[in-house]
Amino acid sequence: MTDAAALAPAATARAAPPRVPVLDVAGLSVQFRTRSGTVHALDEVSLQVHRGECLGVVGESGSGKSVTAYAVMRLLDPAARITAGRITFGGMDILAASEREMADLRGRELSMIFQNPRAALNPIRQVGMQIADVLVRHGGVTRAEAPARAAALLAEVGIPDPVRRAKAYPFELSGGMCQRVGIALALACRPALLIADEPTTGLDVTTQAVIMDLVLGLARARGMATVLITHDLGLASEYCDRTAVMHAGHVVEAAPAADLFAAPRHPYTAKLIAATPQPGRALSDLAAIPGGLPDLRRGDLPACRFLDRCERAEPGCAVPPLPRHLSEDGRMVACRHPL
Amino acid sequence: MTALLEVQGLQKRFPMGGGGMLPCRRAAPSFLHAVEDVSFTLRAGETLGLVGESGCGKSTLARLLARLLDPTEGSIRLGGQEIGAIPAKRFGAIPATRPGAMPSTRPGAMPPRAAIQMVFQDAEGSINPRHTAFEAIARPLRQLSRLSGAELRTRVERTAALCGLPAELLGRFPHQLSGGQKARVGIARAVATEPALLVLDEPTSALDVSVQVVILDLLRSLQARTGAAYVFVSHDLNVVRLLCDRVLVMYLGRVVEEGAAETLFAAPAHPYTRALVGAVSVPGRRKGEERVRLSGEPRSPIDPDPQACRFHGRCPIGQDLCARAAPPVHELPGGRRVACHFPLTAGAMAAA
Repeated sequence: MTDAAALAPAATARAAPPRVPVLDVAGLSVQFRTRSGTVHALDEVSLQVHRGECLGVVGESGSGKSVTAYAVMRLLDPAARITAGRITFGGMDILAASEREMADLRGRELSMIFQNPRAALNPIRQVGMQIADVLVRHGGVTRAEAPARAAALLAEVGIPDPVRRAKAYPFELSGGMCQRVGIALALACRPALLIADEPTTGLDVTTQAVIMDLVLGLARARGMATVLITHDLGLASEYCDRTAVMHAGHVVEAAPAADLFAAPRHPYTAKLIAATPQPGRALSDLAAIPGGLPDLRRGDLPACRFLDRCERAEPGCAVPPLPRHLSEDGRMVACRHPL
Repeated sequence: MTALLEVQGLQKRFPMGGGGMLPCRRAAPSFLHAVEDVSFTLRAGETLGLVGESGCGKSTLARLLARLLDPTEGSIRLGGQEIGAIPAKRFGAIPATRPGAMPSTRPGAMPPRAAIQMVFQDAEGSINPRHTAFEAIARPLRQLSRLSGAELRTRVERTAALCGLPAELLGRFPHQLSGGQKARVGIARAVATEPALLVLDEPTSALDVSVQVVILDLLRSLQARTGAAYVFVSHDLNVVRLLCDRVLVMYLGRVVEEGAAETLFAAPAHPYTRALVGAVSVPGRRKGEERVRLSGEPRSPIDPDPQACRFHGRCPIGQDLCARAAPPVHELPGGRRVACHFPLTAGAMAAA
C-alpha cells in the first residue's frame, strides 16, 4: 500500500513537517455486484493530492478513473461496495460521513466538473439561477444578492455579457459556454478540491486550451487542489504537476508529470505513450497494445492485471501481492520488472 | 490521371423555418449555411482529410459525398458520372445499369450505392443491435452485389478476415463485441462491396489509443490492397497527419485552406489552420508552451454576412478589410489554396 509521506520527495519530508494532503485515498477497493458476477473495479488504489496541486489520473476506458472520482464524491452506484481502504478529505473520513454531511460537503468543499457539460446542467432552468441555487444552498448568500453574485461568477469564467447570459438556458449556449457555466458552478463556493472528469473531451481543440487555462488558473489562484481525469496523455503532461496512470483498477504508476512522460517505468505507461499519435511520428512508429483488459469478474485475477499484455511478464508476476515500489524521487511503480 | 471524385461548388443550406403559422407572422425564411461553395478533386487511392471544429460542416460534407444528403447546389461527379443530382432517397435503389458504369476497385457492374460506402463515428449506434456481425456484413452484399448462399458466406468470411475479425466472432451480436471489434465490423460492412470511395466520419474517435493504432493500420492496409479513395473526417489532427495525403480545413462551412498534409501542418497559411495546428496537445510538452489560444466564439452559421470573412472576430491578424470583403482564394505552389486576405506565406506567394 502506498504511504502518503513516502510519495513526497524525501528531502522536503525531512526539512519541513510533512504536508497533509487535501485528499488522501488509501488502499481503496471497490466491487460491483452484477447479475453476471462481482466486478473487481478498483484494487488498493492510493492517491494523494495536496493544496494547489493538480493530479492527473490517466487511463483507458474501464481503468477505474471515474469510479475513483465517484467514490470520493460518495456518488457510487448502489450496486457498488467499498471492500477496503479509506478516503480522507481535509482530515475527515469520507466513508464514515453521514449522507447529510456529504450533502453539505459536495458543492461547498468538494466539487466536480463533468464530461458532458450540457447534460450536467438543468435543461429547464436559467444558468444564472442554477448558480444562484448553489450559492444560496452552500455559500451563505441570500436570495436577493445571489443573482448579482452569479453574474460575477460568469464574468470570472470569461463569459461575455454575463448579466444577459445568466438568463440563458443551457440549450442556448455552445458547448464551450456550457462548460464555463459548469466551472462557475463548481467553483462558486471556493471548494478545497475540484475533480474534473474529462472536462474537455467533448470540446474542440481550440476551446480545450482556453478551458484548461481557465480551470487551472483559478485553481492555482485559490490554492485549490485539482484532480484531472483524462484519457489524453498530452493534456495530462501539459497541465498536471503529478500524474497517476491507471489500468484495470490498479494505479500502475505515479510520478511527477514531466518525469513520467520522459522516462516511464511501468511497461503499460511506456506502451500508452508509444501508441499515442503525435507530430513527427508516422503510423509505422506507433505500436498498438496487444490484448485487452482482463475480465474483472474473474475470481482468480492475477496480482498484475497487465500480465497478459506484457512482454516482460514471467510466472511470478501473477503471484500476489502486487509490489508497489516507491523511489526517492517521488515515483511509484507497481511492477516486478519495471523499465 | 483523371480524378475519381470531382466536387464543384457544393453547397448545403438547411432552412430554419420562418416563424409562425399565420402568413402575417411569417418572417423571411432563414438558412443555416452548413456547406458553402466547396470544390476539390480526389484521385483513386488517395486520402483526403476534412478537419475543423464542431459545426464547421465537415460531417455534412461527408454525408453529401456519401449521398445520404441532397446538396442545395453544386455537382458531385464520381468516375465522370454526375451523382449529385440523384435524390439521396433513391440513391440506394439505383441498379447497376451499364456494365462498368460505376468505378469500382473490382471490374464489373456495380450499383452506385456499392461504389460509395461510409464508416460512421459511432460503431455501436450504427450497427443494428439485432443483427449478428455476419448479418451486418452480409446485408450490403445481398442487396447491392446480389450474392446469396455459399458465395455470400465466402465473401463475408473473406471480408471479415481482411478486417481482422476472426470467423468465430461473426455469430455474435454487437453487445457481445468490444469497441475495437465493433469498429472492425463497421469497416468490414463498408468495404464488403469493394467501393471506390470510402467516407470515414471520425472512425476512431470513440476508441482508446491502444486500439486506435490497430484500426488506423487496418484502414491503411485495406487501401493499399483495394486502391479505394478515402475521405477521412476527424477533429484530431494528430490522427489526420498519420493517414491523409491532402487536407481540407473547414471553418463555418467554407474551405479556408487546402494542401498536402505535410506542408499544411508544417507551415499553415491560414491563421485558423495555424491556431488549429497550434492547439494540438503533445505528450511531454511543458505547460502552456506554444499553445495558441483563439478568443471568442465562432459566428453564427445562420444567414452569415456574405461580405465578411467568417473567421473575422476570432482571427488574431484580422483587419478592417476582413469585415467588409469576403477573402479571395489564393493559389499557392504545390496545389495549395488558401482563402484569406492576409495569408501567412508571403514568401511562398512571391515565389509563385
